[in-house]
Amino acid sequence: MSDVTLNAAATVPEAAPRSAPLTEVGLVGWARANLFSGWISTAVTLVLAYFIIRWAIGFVDWAFVNAVWSVPNNQTQACRDARGVGACWAVITEKHRFILFGTYPYEEHWRPALCVLLFVALYVVSAMRRFWRPSLALVWVGVLTLIGLLMWGGVLGMPYVPQERWGGLVITLILATFGLAFAFPLAIVVALGRRSNLPAIKAICVIYVELIRGVPLISLLFMASVMFPLFLPEGMNVDKLLRAQIAIILFAGAYLAEVVRGGLQALPKGQYEAADALGLSYWHKTGFIILPQALRLVIPPLVNTFIGFFKDTSLVLIIGIFDLLTAGKTAIIEPAWQGFGVEVYLTVGAIYFVFCFAMSKYSQSLEAELNRHRVR
Amino acid sequence: MPHFGLFLKRALGAAALGCAMLAPGLAQAQPAPAAASNTFDAVRSRGQLICGVNTGLAGFAQPDSQGVWKGFDSDYCRAIAAAIFGDPSKVRYVPTTAQVRFTALQSGEIDVLSRNTTWTLSRDTVLGLDFAATTFYDGQGFMVKASLGVKSAKELDGATICVQPGTTTEQNLTDWSRANRVRFTPVVIERLEELVSAYIAGRCDAYTTDISGLAATRSAQPKPDDHLILPEVISKEPLAVGVRQGDARFADVVRWTHYLLLSAEEFGITQANVAQMAANDPRPEVQRILGKNGELGKMLGLDNLWAVNVIKAVGNYGEIFARNLTPIGIQRGPNALWTTPGGLQYSPPFR
Amino acid sequence: MSQTTIDPRSLRAPPRRPIRLSWSDERVRAIVWQILVVGLIGAVIWWLWSNTVHNLEVRRIATGFGFLTREAGLPIAENLIPYSPTDTYFRALLIGLLNTLKVAVVGIILATIFGTLIGIARLSKNWLLSKIAGVYIEVIRDLPLLLQLLFWYAILQALPGPRQAMNPVAGVFLSNRGLKLPWIEWQDAHSYALLAFVLGLAYTLLYRRDAIRKRILDGKPRPVWPIAIGCILVLPLVVWYAAGAPFVVDWPALRGFNFRGGLNMSPEYFALLLGLTMYTAGFIAEIVRSGIQAVPHGQWEAAQALGLRPASVLKLVVMPQALRVIIPPMTSQYLNITKNSSLAVAIGYQDIVSIANTTLNQTGQAIEGIAIIMLVYLSISLSISLFMNWYNARIALVER
Repeated sequence: MSDVTLNAAATVPEAAPRSAPLTEVGLVGWARANLFSGWISTAVTLVLAYFIIRWAIGFVDWAFVNAVWSVPNNQTQACRDARGVGACWAVITEKHRFILFGTYPYEEHWRPALCVLLFVALYVVSAMRRFWRPSLALVWVGVLTLIGLLMWGGVLGMPYVPQERWGGLVITLILATFGLAFAFPLAIVVALGRRSNLPAIKAICVIYVELIRGVPLISLLFMASVMFPLFLPEGMNVDKLLRAQIAIILFAGAYLAEVVRGGLQALPKGQYEAADALGLSYWHKTGFIILPQALRLVIPPLVNTFIGFFKDTSLVLIIGIFDLLTAGKTAIIEPAWQGFGVEVYLTVGAIYFVFCFAMSKYSQSLEAELNRHRVR
Repeated sequence: MPHFGLFLKRALGAAALGCAMLAPGLAQAQPAPAAASNTFDAVRSRGQLICGVNTGLAGFAQPDSQGVWKGFDSDYCRAIAAAIFGDPSKVRYVPTTAQVRFTALQSGEIDVLSRNTTWTLSRDTVLGLDFAATTFYDGQGFMVKASLGVKSAKELDGATICVQPGTTTEQNLTDWSRANRVRFTPVVIERLEELVSAYIAGRCDAYTTDISGLAATRSAQPKPDDHLILPEVISKEPLAVGVRQGDARFADVVRWTHYLLLSAEEFGITQANVAQMAANDPRPEVQRILGKNGELGKMLGLDNLWAVNVIKAVGNYGEIFARNLTPIGIQRGPNALWTTPGGLQYSPPFR
Repeated sequence: MSQTTIDPRSLRAPPRRPIRLSWSDERVRAIVWQILVVGLIGAVIWWLWSNTVHNLEVRRIATGFGFLTREAGLPIAENLIPYSPTDTYFRALLIGLLNTLKVAVVGIILATIFGTLIGIARLSKNWLLSKIAGVYIEVIRDLPLLLQLLFWYAILQALPGPRQAMNPVAGVFLSNRGLKLPWIEWQDAHSYALLAFVLGLAYTLLYRRDAIRKRILDGKPRPVWPIAIGCILVLPLVVWYAAGAPFVVDWPALRGFNFRGGLNMSPEYFALLLGLTMYTAGFIAEIVRSGIQAVPHGQWEAAQALGLRPASVLKLVVMPQALRVIIPPMTSQYLNITKNSSLAVAIGYQDIVSIANTTLNQTGQAIEGIAIIMLVYLSISLSISLFMNWYNARIALVER
């Protein structure tokens, strides 16, 4: 940014009126205005700069200069010697496949890896406005089915892999994405129900939303892991992963319902009245007039809510499901690697950050874009 | 814009379709124990035993690098499967945490719980499960870092102690501290791995659990000699195999599989010599056990050669012990046969 | 939030027609729909309920809350009120609830202060400060809280043991057993002084309100500070002095394995508090920033034109308006802190979830255990919502 101003100042033709003194424009001027505008500001800048530089040097030393990148067959002595001064990235070199794919059969790791790519591709395609058309839903169904096929196998010569062995990043993506895919329709129904003028339906929706939003996700996950089996008739069993997935769907449904309701409320009353005046039935009014506009309004907060779920899926650690975070923690159980938690957490954190940061930047730009036509 | 209504319809339809496609895959409603009293038939018709094991405890149940479960507890799963199907590989292992183990059994998610679980009165009654047999006599102890200079648990007054919550271990610890006036600060972490790493990191002065567990943890450390297991044993911990309550027939199969392993050791029947002994051992009890004489297997509702299958698959009790627990430094001690002084493992007669 | 658009149909208020039993009658349809939905949901609930009852019976699982009066036998590391393992499950759960409140209340206060500071820093004219605040907000919000908690806990565990504890200031020790601070030995005199302080504070606030009201009437300023000093500072001191002025500092000292005496903050509590505060502060900072930015620029300029000092502009003009935007989202952040404190179970801080979890494990009564957890959180959530709604209504713009 500062460079641009500098160049602009330099290319001013000689004949032009005298440019402002160098202390007012350009890098120096910018710095004077933004970093050293008064003695307090100057002090703050200097103190912060000092700490940042110190910290950055320390971090670079720890993470790169003194780091141990690999060790031969679990001989972690080199790492232990470097403790406190250098990072032990050898733990990541050694365990990265486990952190990413958990206990999935080793020679079949290409399958979850492909699934992760499919998920990312699905997100990217869904993010592009030019693909926002009805067929996108079919793409979702297709891709999710393909992911299911890849993970389970049992066809096309791929050996069957039971859910107990799935793990790592792909579980995080499955829980979050399937959670969204199923919670979204549920949320629309609940949001409509909450604004309905049928008292019984409204009451049910209010109770559902408030009940779920009033308790922590952990209690729902506990419920799914220890209470849910008691709810089913004898002999009927539901897999642990699916039970957690149901808890996440119910949880996400309540929060998304509030987001959708926000969109419904933000719609001008005139839209409702106009639809009524046209004599449209409730379903036509909702399907053709209200929802298309309301859902468009809620896309940015929807992405933000999705970021929240994406992070919250890490809570399945507590009920022992092998998501990315659990796999990371399990990787450092082995005695040889105990005590290198910081390195693993930084790596796992970086993966979460890449996903969440991309989504939050996307949501911000989308918000700006969607608001553009409203700002005249 | 008008596309959106259509989009909504299709999206909902697609979601429903997705549901329909995925649900049956995930929610495999297993051909299930139709009534709690009939696990045996349910297991048979399913063709697979579902066995609840620990999430990972060296020597007892731990997946190896190929993901195959190895250990004392998982060998019991294989033995029961061999007794029922004649094939030890017909087992599905479900790793269970301390918290979900009982509900998993109650709900029918697993058929049998073989997960270092202490047999207590309240668990036997109000928790809705039955213990079939004590497979391992254990006791609770303490482990400290050798550098701490502690030689006896009584010296632990004022210490911070790591303990897993919701276990008998936790209750024993409080009982013992009251009786011996040893004050302590607990650190309670649900997940065993985290608890152990808290102890290793020095968050606690001592770590308490069953001695077998202490030995397993100690042997897994890079320098086992840095850790000391204190001499005091503060409780009885009979680790037993559990089944659902009111399921007498299945409990019999589990119980007698255990007795079979003991008797086999007593009579010297091993994995290596079982075929030969079944053919030509003259002792009447051996002949009865191995199905050459009588119908003992049929009485249990099993194949008459069940014993041969079990021993072929896993060996006798002593062999299971030697394979899994001796390498991590656990002595036979009270788990020796009754014929050895101090041994508690005793099988009723096969008759 | 609770605003409802009035359905035009109800406004039309048609003359009461007799209900005809026909599908074309809107009211008939409404009733049929409701009966259908309620019936369906009722049937599902009944089905689940009967399954559960049957399962409990067949599996002979005990039911009811009778276990609450039984001896718990579980050790608890941190308790605000006296507790020993011989106490009942009820008392153990109460300790858990207090521990939850302890971390939630302190977390809410710290996160508000810290978050507000960062939010203001984000708006600073100083480019570096504003950028750092921005990076902090972005990074902290994009990482799962559980990961952050585990990270902090791992860092605290890596501290030296008690015998090699860090001792930055005399009496303060930092080790992997937590933070130890010197603390006064609490005696009755201190309780009296504290009571005097609270009463003095309350009186000062009342006096201040009265002073402002009178000032609006006659324009004469009435200084509050003499009363404030008298009631908040002098009065408690006098009470304390009158009660004998006891003052014994309890210094933490290494005895045996651990430090004894002084004030202790365990690594579990510290990690949880740190994680919750830092995480939520990121969200609060964004709320504060957008709240302040929501105040039109003209308000700043007008206030400056009136000759108010910058601090007064913020305090008297901008903040009261910004608060109206800030309070509703802040409420949900406070609720989030409380609910997120349940992650304590992952790092071994004994909050209500952790203790209820142990209880349900020991008694095998999963339904009761989870019901207790949910009930506790629902009541806390409801209380916070009610309080914040009351506060919101108080500061809301009185519209004509």
